[in-house]
Amino acid sequence: MGEKKIVISEKFTRVLRWSHWINFFMLTLMIWSGILIYWANDQYIKIPNELASALSIRGRLAEGMGWHFFIMWFFVGNGIFYFSYLLLSSEWRSLAIDRKTWPEAISVISHDLKISKVKPIQKGKFNAAQKIAYVSAILMGAGAVLSGLAIYKPVSLGFLTSMLGGYKAARFEHFLMMIGFVLFFIVHIIQVARAGWNNFRAMAVGYEIEKD
Amino acid sequence: MGIIVFKYIQNSSERIDGTPVLLRHSFVWNQKVWSKLSTHNKLNLIKTKKSLKGLDPRVNGDIGLSEFQESADIKNYSIEVISGSTKLNLPVSSFKSTPKIGYTSEFRCIEGWSEDTQYAGTRFSDFMAFYDLGKKSDGTYYQYVGLETPDKKYYVSIDIESMLHPQTILAYEMNEEPISDDNGAPLRLIIPIKYGIKSLKRIGRIVFSDTRPPDYWAERGYDWYSGF
Repeated sequence: MGEKKIVISEKFTRVLRWSHWINFFMLTLMIWSGILIYWANDQYIKIPNELASALSIRGRLAEGMGWHFFIMWFFVGNGIFYFSYLLLSSEWRSLAIDRKTWPEAISVISHDLKISKVKPIQKGKFNAAQKIAYVSAILMGAGAVLSGLAIYKPVSLGFLTSMLGGYKAARFEHFLMMIGFVLFFIVHIIQVARAGWNNFRAMAVGYEIEKD
Repeated sequence: MGIIVFKYIQNSSERIDGTPVLLRHSFVWNQKVWSKLSTHNKLNLIKTKKSLKGLDPRVNGDIGLSEFQESADIKNYSIEVISGSTKLNLPVSSFKSTPKIGYTSEFRCIEGWSEDTQYAGTRFSDFMAFYDLGKKSDGTYYQYVGLETPDKKYYVSIDIESMLHPQTILAYEMNEEPISDDNGAPLRLIIPIKYGIKSLKRIGRIVFSDTRPPDYWAERGYDWYSGF
């Protein structure tokens, strides 16, 4: 009777998991309330009014602003907390990008899209494409906060608004960041589904089963 | 768990002027935080020499403009001003007794659009000083200014600090021409450190007060402060 051995290892620390899920929830609320605000002046992307009514996003500007300027504190607070943790712990190392990351990312992507059959070698927790995607998400977070502040307080923070090319430009940049988050989210969900249950469980409880 | 908290806030029956109580407190908290950045000495200014003459500023709403359908009536009414025991009925022409101030700024609507516009009129603080308005007997200012249209259908209230801002004017010209009827002739407020909802058209009455006068959009769920 051979005993089955299970080896588990910690993949994501408690801090990373909490900040990840808090961020998921806060960002969802920010995008939802942001769409309510955007809809009062839908100048970049339009959808038919019937669809907007069905999604119930019309005529809710005041409500959207109420939520947006409430949740923003938790979104920014969690972001600062996460970023400080990355810097203070050694976790930033698994996201560090260098010159080799870029060509490696291309081979990861061509393997995932089944263009190439060569399986890229992965050192560390994340592959090269993941590193770039996650670092972009952090940068987009910073970009969303800065462009958001520029349109929220364009007089008090007028220097920021001018730096971003003015009020109208900053509004568009803020919108682009939202689009960026949505695209990131779509790819992220697909990749998480592909990576499977073991990986997803690691994001929920922290541990991954290495072999059983 | 998060979803339960969200639904609880969203469906809470306790509301202040149409906004869940927690989000209304959040508006007030934000006002406290951001007013520390002292908007009151910063300007909303477009540094352009370009004349905007002939361009029609966007007209976005007509609430409060039901009275005076004839242009002749607009020229001949007087504006009621109340500050403590002082009660004045000022003809529109009397607002030209103080120096004319003009500048170009970006008019920003709470809906998200904005437009560069040139304004000219009397600075509100000059107007206050000229008629000795806005101060109580102990020499301090009333905390709020309330304005309403002649038909009383649109009304705003604004903190005194923002009303004393050098760019807060009672405007009679836009883009170098007299204000058009649907942009608020003969005299409207222009306060470019706040969203356009505060720049009331066609002033009928100005009141200084320590209790906050009613505000049309704040009653409909918007942030009362609405400042930049």
